[in-house]
Amino acid sequence: MIQIEHLHKSFGDLDVLEDVSLNIHEGETLAIIGHSGSGKSVLMKHIVGLLSPDKGRVLVDDVDICSVPYERLREVRKHFGVLFQGGALFDSMTSEENVAFPLEYFSSRSPAEIKARVAECLELVRMPDVGPKKPAELSGGMRKRVALARAIALEPKYILYDEPTSGLDPQTSNTIDELIQQLAEEMNVTSVVVTHDMHSVFNIADRAAFLYGKNLHWVGPINAIHDRADPVLDSFVTASEYHVGTHPTASSPS
Amino acid sequence: MTDRLLAPLHAIGTYFILMGRAFASVREVRTYWSNFITQMVRIGVESIPIVALAAAFTGAVLTVQTAYQLQTSFVPNTIIGSIVVPSMMLELAAVITAFILAGRVGARIAAELGTMRVSEQIDALEVMGLNSISFLILPRVLAGVVMFPALYIFACLIGIGGGLGIAEAAGLLSTTEFIEGARQFYQPFDPYFGLIKSITFGFIITSIACYKGYYTKGGAEGVGQSTTEAAVQSCVFVLLADLALAVLLL
Repeated sequence: MIQIEHLHKSFGDLDVLEDVSLNIHEGETLAIIGHSGSGKSVLMKHIVGLLSPDKGRVLVDDVDICSVPYERLREVRKHFGVLFQGGALFDSMTSEENVAFPLEYFSSRSPAEIKARVAECLELVRMPDVGPKKPAELSGGMRKRVALARAIALEPKYILYDEPTSGLDPQTSNTIDELIQQLAEEMNVTSVVVTHDMHSVFNIADRAAFLYGKNLHWVGPINAIHDRADPVLDSFVTASEYHVGTHPTASSPS
Repeated sequence: MTDRLLAPLHAIGTYFILMGRAFASVREVRTYWSNFITQMVRIGVESIPIVALAAAFTGAVLTVQTAYQLQTSFVPNTIIGSIVVPSMMLELAAVITAFILAGRVGARIAAELGTMRVSEQIDALEVMGLNSISFLILPRVLAGVVMFPALYIFACLIGIGGGLGIAEAAGLLSTTEFIEGARQFYQPFDPYFGLIKSITFGFIITSIACYKGYYTKGGAEGVGQSTTEAAVQSCVFVLLADLALAVLLL
């Protein structure tokens, strides 16, 4: 379980997050939603200790990762797989080498077992044939899927997705959504998805946390998002639904 | 205003903390060993052609110009060897190599790490549980400290060879005279001084480049800025270190 308690973060004079508290339960898929610049990615980076809060703390399985020594933090991080916005694949390596990288450093598998696991992960993300290709030879969606294969190589307990569908066409976005759902079910992982793509949110999330004006404005089950009497959340969700064409009136021009 | 005044102090502090963390992780050999070998090849072996070219021409030009300056005096020809060889050993082989490598190696390291930073590859290493500093910085700095002296020795040999070759080819003085002159005023400390310099320069260039690259901010513009700053600041600190070592050790 991940617990975020009274987290504050600012960069210079710019306050990004103020008093944000949030619990992420085992096995669920939580979507962190909000406008661009609302602090979603900043919040996600706190969850893996890439940023330190000015105030507050983040507990991962009861370990306060904001105050533990670096060596202990590294141990905690091994429970995470992270899909970065641009994939963050290592340019100098092929897709296979990228997926094999964490296995070579953090598993006791033999080279043959690593090779088999790499093939399995690439198969899981439906990219069995891209092994010898370097990231520069792949499209944006392919890079994200290879990055996802790398993120799941060590069978993490938590997977964090930073804008997994941004910059992708609708069909590829749907494929990524399906993969997120598939991994959540097959590997029973806890997933945190940072996104402003409401279409994705409705496809994959169990709960949503809406960041607005530096605060956590709303948290709740995804099926309760339409039962709101909240103009700010309503405005965000409706605008997103119109944008992706899922709102009932989106296809009927006035 | 205060922030701008404190910025250099903050940069110096961050640099020393980064180097401290890099060397504190020296025991994690397994993490960086293969990367260390790769960096030795990139920093050292791949720099051989440009260092050879620069050293050969420097040695040759120094010999021709020394001969020109001494042509009307009554000093013996052997003095040319006495000037060229210590000049290469004490100063030129180390400094010319450092300037070339500040551009070639320093800029490359800063651009590489800067790109990794802005494309979140360094974050990716960290969240896997790897110590990105021991994985990325330590091998580069150690490779610089190991390979710069090797390149210095190589530059000395090529530079002196270049001087000797042009002296013979242009009929300025014979090989025997050149070697005799070199031996006449040879100080055993000279090559050691050059080695100390090259180790220092190797550390300065690679550590500044790593610092600039690792803390790159922004996108392509940030990478460009880090790369430029790494090359320029490396050259400035090489010159300062050159003077300090000369004052302290000679």
